[in-house]
Amino acid sequence: MPEVLVRARGLTKRFGTFTAVDGIDFDLYRGEAFGFLGPNGAGKSSTMRMIGCVSPPTEGELTILGADPVRNGPAIRARLGVVPQEDTLDVELTVRENLLVYGRYFGLPRALIRERTAQLLEFVQLSDRGGDKVDALSGGMKRRLTIARSLINEPDILILDEPTTGLDPQARHVVWDRLFRLKQRGVTLILTTHYMDEAEQLCDRLVVMDHARFAAEGTPRELIERYSTREVLELRFDPGVHEQAAEKIKDISAKRTEVLADRILLYVKNGDEALAAVRAHGLEPLTSLVRRSTLEDVFLHLTGRRLED
Amino acid sequence: MTAPPLSDLPLRMLPSAGRLARLRQAAGGPGSLRLIERHARVYRHAWLVFASGVFEPLFYLLSIGLGLGVLVGRVTGPGGQLVPYRDFVAPGLLAVSAMNGAMYDSTFNVFFRLKYDKLYEAVLATPVRPAEVALAEIGWALIRGCLYAVAFMLVMTSLGLVHSPWAVLAVPVALLIGFAFAAMGMTGTTFMKSWQDFDYILLASTPLFLFSATFYPLSVYPRAVRVVVEWTPLYQGVVLLRDLVLGAVGPALLWRAAYLAVLGVVGLYISGRRIGKLLLV
Repeated sequence: MPEVLVRARGLTKRFGTFTAVDGIDFDLYRGEAFGFLGPNGAGKSSTMRMIGCVSPPTEGELTILGADPVRNGPAIRARLGVVPQEDTLDVELTVRENLLVYGRYFGLPRALIRERTAQLLEFVQLSDRGGDKVDALSGGMKRRLTIARSLINEPDILILDEPTTGLDPQARHVVWDRLFRLKQRGVTLILTTHYMDEAEQLCDRLVVMDHARFAAEGTPRELIERYSTREVLELRFDPGVHEQAAEKIKDISAKRTEVLADRILLYVKNGDEALAAVRAHGLEPLTSLVRRSTLEDVFLHLTGRRLED
Repeated sequence: MTAPPLSDLPLRMLPSAGRLARLRQAAGGPGSLRLIERHARVYRHAWLVFASGVFEPLFYLLSIGLGLGVLVGRVTGPGGQLVPYRDFVAPGLLAVSAMNGAMYDSTFNVFFRLKYDKLYEAVLATPVRPAEVALAEIGWALIRGCLYAVAFMLVMTSLGLVHSPWAVLAVPVALLIGFAFAAMGMTGTTFMKSWQDFDYILLASTPLFLFSATFYPLSVYPRAVRVVVEWTPLYQGVVLLRDLVLGAVGPALLWRAAYLAVLGVVGLYISGRRIGKLLLV
């Protein structure tokens, strides 16, 4: 059994009367990548801040690297790497100075920091930008620099709060690639995200958080098997017949049918068979698409399609 | 009757290990040095801004001390002797510059780092503690203040405005004034919501600057006003510096110094607590 690095039991965070995290339990093992999925306001960031020892739990038990975060915060933080949701880079310093100054906050000797800085800038592909001011960097570069900075103390756990939110697709892929390499090297990752592809690619295990609690947990594959079907048939009808079609389709035996404003989704074992059945009912969709279920289907099923800020 | 073995004797004079650790935490630690190191690195890019702080008090000295001083002539000094006005006003201006320098760093700069720069957020994700942040900011204000005080004293000495060997204590006393005001300024800043709130700081520091017996002796005030002015920290600083520079030294100066030190320590403690309260939620 691998070592438990973070253990939470009944972990709760309240701000006044608002409950941000409502009694969650989880164990994080060394070497795994653990993801928190959920809509905005589900309690992901509050959980990350408690694990980062910058927010004391209101109730419950939390042990990080075998220690109590309230009593031993600085000692635990010395062994964590944190990539916060919004960059907190030092804009008055250059790229290289950011790593130097941050490493000094950990009490590392300058020579060691310089050595690691060269490696880390290489790793995040910023070697040629070392002397630039942070302001001059693009959003993706700043994110990569933040990741490099979080690794300066060779942390036991790397905490990433929405590491790719706000990045363009190219920049996201570069960040994912770097995070994947870290995972391959055995770095323990905890991350929050609302990108399902990110979670699917990076996470060994994940929880879906909704309304301050866990709605589900498991590996990506387990979640898809448990909460969705193997395939999804997406149908689009002429707006005029959309509603009638939706009514008729209820006769077809799907595990679940979801009627959206513009599409109808059928969660089925075999998409092609279901499409044939739709046609047999005399319905001719404008377009049809058979695809495999993704985590996104699980996520929307569990957290609903309501819109939150 | 035999004496108890030595190891059984309670050593009540020494605080427990836990209490020592807590004291050390409250007083800050190496983390504050590292934040000061960061500030020093930032100002390496902007050393001119840093050096420019030397000039403002010197301009006051030239304008009020040398310029206005010609019209004023001689005034009664702290020992009852008549002294040229510029000799009288120079230590007061040193006290004012110690106050202003400390306040600038610990209010505007701290507010920016707290609300906009997210510097403390980044710092507190590392082993650095809130109390160390407070100590670093106040310490940094003092390092800056020290440079300005030394420059001012050099100018005063070269103009022949220093009359006592006690004046060697003027720089440490200027730092003490800076300590008190930096700590209070930082404490106040942790309660501020927006830039508008800084008007309150001006509302406090401008009358202190004008009325703390900086430009004339306390004796011009009626008795009731005198009592109020005597309790202001800048007045204590002005008197301390004036008495040292003009050589009218007595034991009362120790009380004045202690008063400033207490303000500084209390402010340091509260501002550290406040930083933690604001950011570690």
